[in-house]
Amino acid sequence: MSLKINALTKSLWVFHAACSPCNNCDIEILDVLTPRFDAERFGIVLVGSVRHADVLLVTGVPNMKTKDTIKALHAQAPKPCLVVAVGGCACGRVMFRDSYNSPCDLDEIIPVDAYIPGCPPKPEAILAGVIKLINKVKGKE
Amino acid sequence: MSHKIVVPIGPYHPLQEEPEYFRLYTEGENVVDIDIVLGYVHRGIEKLSESKHFDQVPYLVERICGICSNSHPFAYVNAVEDLAKIEVPERALYIRTIIAELERLHSHLLWIGLAGHFIGYNTVWMWAWRYREPVLDMFEMITGNRQHYAMMKVGGVRRDILETDVPLLKKTLDELAPAADMFKGAVMDDPVIHARLKGIGVLTKEQVIEWCVVGPTARASGVDIDVRRDDPYGVYDKIDWNVIVQKEGDVFAKAVVRILEMYESISIIRQCVDKMPKGEIDANVKDVPAGEGIGHVEAPRGECFHYVRSDGTNRPVRHKIRAPSYVNVASNKVACVGGTISDAAITLAAVDPCYCCTERTAVIDRQTDKKILNGWDLVRLSQEKTQRLKK
Amino acid sequence: MTALSEIKDGLGEKIVDCYQHSPKRFYLKIKSKDLKVAADFIFNQLKMRLVTCTGQDTPQGIEILYHFSLDKTGEIFSLRLLLEDKKNPSIETLALLIKGADWIEREMWEMLGINFIGHPNLKRLLLAEEWPKENFPLRHEHEHE
Repeated sequence: MSLKINALTKSLWVFHAACSPCNNCDIEILDVLTPRFDAERFGIVLVGSVRHADVLLVTGVPNMKTKDTIKALHAQAPKPCLVVAVGGCACGRVMFRDSYNSPCDLDEIIPVDAYIPGCPPKPEAILAGVIKLINKVKGKE
Repeated sequence: MSHKIVVPIGPYHPLQEEPEYFRLYTEGENVVDIDIVLGYVHRGIEKLSESKHFDQVPYLVERICGICSNSHPFAYVNAVEDLAKIEVPERALYIRTIIAELERLHSHLLWIGLAGHFIGYNTVWMWAWRYREPVLDMFEMITGNRQHYAMMKVGGVRRDILETDVPLLKKTLDELAPAADMFKGAVMDDPVIHARLKGIGVLTKEQVIEWCVVGPTARASGVDIDVRRDDPYGVYDKIDWNVIVQKEGDVFAKAVVRILEMYESISIIRQCVDKMPKGEIDANVKDVPAGEGIGHVEAPRGECFHYVRSDGTNRPVRHKIRAPSYVNVASNKVACVGGTISDAAITLAAVDPCYCCTERTAVIDRQTDKKILNGWDLVRLSQEKTQRLKK
Repeated sequence: MTALSEIKDGLGEKIVDCYQHSPKRFYLKIKSKDLKVAADFIFNQLKMRLVTCTGQDTPQGIEILYHFSLDKTGEIFSLRLLLEDKKNPSIETLALLIKGADWIEREMWEMLGINFIGHPNLKRLLLAEEWPKENFPLRHEHEHE
């Protein structure tokens, strides 16, 4: 395992980017940090700037206004940067597929490493998804 | 010579939910003007709704907002029931009211937590969200999902509240009442919070009427409006409860209104559980005639308004939605101006908007385009002010 | 005196048609040239609150409903007017009279292409800046890709 990967997976700093969501996934992400779920025991910290982030948590369907912003956010993140799509909308647009303001899927804009489906995914599912992602990056089964 | 500086807040913020973008025009530390840019969460739901049939629309409108994910379907079914003149079974009305009030509880707790964080009082954040969890557990027990409850249906509700659920629901409410006392003490008796929130972001009564503001934001400015009492839906006319009104119009008054409303919500749910009759929960509506209907409900943030027009087919031809934040966020234009930058974060958050932001904040000097402050600094400024006041 | 009779007294001939759908829901039809007078009377004299406006594309033309709520009684009065010229619909703005009408008029302008004469700040509210002009999402001729 390279030094970079080791450093990356030791303590994940996540940045939460919402591109036209309905709030639910975003609230569940915040919920993961609060006392009942307490993601900080895995070293997961929510950071205020994407320039400090190891993981980008993206929620919602990209719309005409956010699709460029989310691309710019991903470009600003230090690499390697993992992208996790949280919720049904980010995974596959669900019913907003037909909307005039929804031009493309999230994974057409930026590469996505993990998908956590659900509407919204439960905090347990978000935690499980992130842990699976860490193990995958480390090369564990 | 005055030297205007633009402070962009947003569109991304580490805490709040949705992307929204404010441009604060400042002189020194004072905000002189504000420009609100919307559209980062526009998904074209009104148009999508025209392609869904009447039973699919609640699924869609639930996903307008994750926090009020009961209010929008509630307003929609009220509109369709007004259109088609449907009589809803009484038990269904009681269940709707219980869900609506549980939602108000979880939403107000969420706001208290986030408001605490904005002024650097993270203890309140963690405690408020810890006490919000049991409310979400109640949702999971009754509806099967923590959020997006999918309870509303034209003519009734989808799931019944089982007799076996009632004791746990009552126990949760009993435990929540002391928690509300704690928040009341933590917020209303704390000198730092007084210093930090009183006189900040004032909306006067005249401004509230001019900007057509609704909900707790209006009630904190002495405007006594509440759809639950003015145009009763559900069973609010059969239950004993009070409308909370404060006069000051500042952020503190808004916090007080929300905290006191939690007590009313707890009392409403208790009464509903006791009075709830047995019986059907669904009127089995077969079709919706041509016509138009209006439904509105008091969402945690204010009046949520739906207008539905049908031409006799199984789809609406027009479905207009007006969420409470639409008018409340617009009023930030007057609430923020005249305050300082460090107060802007809490003032913008005070209307409990489906708002999001302050991250990627950069203070840009208009002349040189040089970045002076970075994203997280707005919240930091706000928290530093609290620290200063504590000394 | 009920609010409905007050409106009828105040506006008189200006109300073309009045229809009560259910006990607390009234729909009043007016001519588009009378809008400003009617809105001024309802908002300033009768102290009603502008809830929102609904614009819709109908076969006869573009229809606008101004929903006013009387919070004391919970009644909702909707002023209905029809703009027959679908190519170039225009109407006087209410934004100078009622500040809360600012955003909703901008929204109707971009969604339905209604020109609000005299609006102080008629620019995009929800759609992206690069959204094509003359493509109004809520018009029926709008096609999904």
